Amino acid sequence: MTGAAKYTADFTAPGLLHASLLTSPHAHAKIKSIDLSEAEKCPGVRAIVIGQDIPVLTGTTVEDRPILALNKVRYFGEPIAVVVADSEHEAQSACQQINVTYELYPVVNSVHQALESKPILVHEQLMNYTQVQKIQPEANSNIANQIKVRKGDIDVGRDQSEVTMTADFSFPPSDHAAMETRSVRAELLPNGEVHIHTSSQGPFMVKELISRYFLIDEDKVTVHTPLVGGGFGGKAAVQLELIAFAASRAAGGKIVKLSNTRETDITGSPGHIGLEANVKLGATKGGKLTFAEIHYNFNAGAYVDEGSDITEIAGLNCTGPYKIDHVWCNSLCVYTNHPYATSFRGYGHGELTFPIERAMDLLAEKLRIDPIAFRLKNTIKPGDTTPSQTKLTKSNIGNVAKCLERVKTLINWDEGQTVNLSDRLIRTKGISCFWKSSITPTDATSGAILTFNKDGSINLSCGVVEIGQGTKTVLAQILAERLKIHESKIHVMMDVDTQTNPQHWKTVASSSVYMVGNAVLRAAEDAIQQLCQTASIVLRCEPGDVDVAEARAFLISNPDKYVSVKDIANGYKYTNGNSIGGTVIGRGNFIMKHLTSIDKETGKGTPASDWTVGAQAVEVEFDTKSYNYKLIHAVSVLDAGKVLHPKSARGQVTGAMSMGLSWATREGFSFDKNGIVLDNQFRTYKMLRYGENPTYLVDFIETPQIDAPYGARGLGEHGIIGMPAALANSLSTAAGVPLNQLPLVPEYIWEQKRGEASDSN
Amino acid sequence: MKKTIDFTVNNEQKSVQIRSADTLLITLREQLGLTGAKPGCENGDCGACTVLVDDQPMKSCLMLTAETANRSITTIEGLHDTPIQKAFLEHWGFQCGYCTSGFIMNCHALANIHPDANAYEIENWLQSNICRCTGYEEIKEAIMSVLKTKEAGTSG
Ligand code: FES
Ligand code: FES
Repeated sequence: MTGAAKYTADFTAPGLLHASLLTSPHAHAKIKSIDLSEAEKCPGVRAIVIGQDIPVLTGTTVEDRPILALNKVRYFGEPIAVVVADSEHEAQSACQQINVTYELYPVVNSVHQALESKPILVHEQLMNYTQVQKIQPEANSNIANQIKVRKGDIDVGRDQSEVTMTADFSFPPSDHAAMETRSVRAELLPNGEVHIHTSSQGPFMVKELISRYFLIDEDKVTVHTPLVGGGFGGKAAVQLELIAFAASRAAGGKIVKLSNTRETDITGSPGHIGLEANVKLGATKGGKLTFAEIHYNFNAGAYVDEGSDITEIAGLNCTGPYKIDHVWCNSLCVYTNHPYATSFRGYGHGELTFPIERAMDLLAEKLRIDPIAFRLKNTIKPGDTTPSQTKLTKSNIGNVAKCLERVKTLINWDEGQTVNLSDRLIRTKGISCFWKSSITPTDATSGAILTFNKDGSINLSCGVVEIGQGTKTVLAQILAERLKIHESKIHVMMDVDTQTNPQHWKTVASSSVYMVGNAVLRAAEDAIQQLCQTASIVLRCEPGDVDVAEARAFLISNPDKYVSVKDIANGYKYTNGNSIGGTVIGRGNFIMKHLTSIDKETGKGTPASDWTVGAQAVEVEFDTKSYNYKLIHAVSVLDAGKVLHPKSARGQVTGAMSMGLSWATREGFSFDKNGIVLDNQFRTYKMLRYGENPTYLVDFIETPQIDAPYGARGLGEHGIIGMPAALANSLSTAAGVPLNQLPLVPEYIWEQKRGEASDSN
Repeated sequence: MKKTIDFTVNNEQKSVQIRSADTLLITLREQLGLTGAKPGCENGDCGACTVLVDDQPMKSCLMLTAETANRSITTIEGLHDTPIQKAFLEHWGFQCGYCTSGFIMNCHALANIHPDANAYEIENWLQSNICRCTGYEEIKEAIMSVLKTKEAGTSG
């Protein structure tokens, strides 16, 4: 607002050195040699690091990724070397002088190719990698992980069906494209302390991994995270931090800054996963779903990173929020020579929702049932089970039908799915339901600490990174509500410092409010107890006779008798100078409960604590001659449990809707035949711009989640999930052909129309 | 080879030593510590680096510092309590805030140069900036509140 907000790359320091990356121009090639002699002679150069200097493999699920390419490159944009120099331009020009010779390999340029019978292998050593989490790779293949879901009996389900549909769906990998590119400063002090400043969603993870890969005690590593300029899951991956540390170490421990150029941020650092899917659904003539047979083949790119977890959650929630008794799903995490993928807003759910909700529309069409009516017949409810056979309760799932009914009204469904505007313009609507659960380690934990200032205001310390989702505002609100004081009396530390803030698993998966919110409530309880203890002495009663609200500790029986919190929070001093009590420190923590690991043959288990549900719709104005279209309305109705902050909740949801529409209308990498990404700049990688957005209609249903702070369910990511499907359903209706691929550019619609015309010839 | 450039930044006379290849964005951030202008693409595509040069919005990543001799630059640090800054706060025109200074500079110039801008002009101007967090709804509310143009415009 005033330019004062500081992000990682805004800081500088005396003697700061600059690092620059050399990245791969090829998608798959052997590195025959790297000649540094010319580069080393360049002015200002302080150090150069290549893969051979740091030959460890990294990864949070499987250790398959070198810090800098080792022996071969596996995707276009893969970092090969880092040059440290006095200035950025010197580092960049020295990079140009590095001479790498390659031997080109054939490229695995799609999931389809990766799964051929005798495929080119992206990783020859797949079976020898260290697994950090249990995954199931397949020898001599490009399959890094496979999730099997077997619920009921698929043959019975088939026998029961009277109408079935089958179709293929796909979208290419794409990018998070946060406006701030990833940026790191790393420093290794003479006493062995390591300081990393990074624009990360997972500072605690950075700390753990630096310690693990470079064999440094964790207590020597401190990670600082200031404001982050957008993350969307992309900054939960740990990559540049490792390179920057290696660069600093090679430069004698001096402080080194490494910021991605936009081009490197798009292809070199991890992006959004791609998918090729096949869905078969069956139903009775009356419209009851009988079975689902689903293949999800995820394009994880060159390394697994979070790809295996995304594959897993997509498999375990494969059907979307529908009651289906017989489910068969194989969800594969597949290596290709594309940029690798990490977590992305929606974490597998936007991905699974696109094929499923398209399939629902295709089946409704076959059944000649209205798409909303068809969904309403099949929505999942408390008492039903998920594909992973978790029993749903009134608390752990919201009300899908209610959301759908509300969407129906908001989008004015009853006027008709198609409205003619002129001889070439029509307006059409499409809908989508969705659900989302967060996959967290079964032992994910968070903490919160409260301290009191002299004026009675409160400091809240926790490990959540503020990435623009307003999480910290909501946490302050939770605390304010519990202590019944004004929010302005609560100071939340905005920066994260792993040495002083309590652990928080990761700022992803919208789970921060649930996890840290619960920790905050417990810290508040703890503080209240201590305050009541001291107050009871001052007020000459039992601690149980006292309560705390509105900055006072008072007698429950006579609230006029009180002592101010500010007078007891740091010890109470009698007029004669005697003092009692001491500094109040409220401590709270939270750990995920009742989550179980997943059976590898059937997918049975409890992967998540809750499922947030919702329904969405998109209305477009479609030109039947040119196949251009305009986004008119986009609707989201979410069962948020409880909306803690309406304005911020709406902003979160519309922001995510906008991202979903941007993805569905125009985003996705184009690869040439050699696997080179053709759109690695914002000039060619298009995103939704001002004025291209639709009018947003957002509403909330409130079915409280009993174990969440004030019943609030996560909602930071959900707006994105059903947008691609709702748009595709709307445009398929408009164009009169099934549109089962993203992005939905007019050229693609034209191709489908042309295909249909030539099919009928 | 360094050379000296004199210019005015936020109403202060400045003299900087630059390389010919330095962009205005780099000079502002690294030599003058004015980090409100952000690098988003350094290719003219995102608008995060927008500043005013002689009161016209300019992508500072596309301009060489050498071109700015004797000209007057305004950055977000030079704006104080302007209507558009207040409007962005009031209408929640930002989430992560990274695109915000660029948007504000562009909006500020628009409000000064075309206080009666119509919907087409507003779009034309603001499409040079990208915001990845919001859905543009709040940004639209913010700009509409400072322009004289009061009709809702064409784009929803
Ligand atoms: S950084 Fe200048 S336009 Fe993107
Ligand atoms: S607020 Fe994050 S990019 Fe606009």
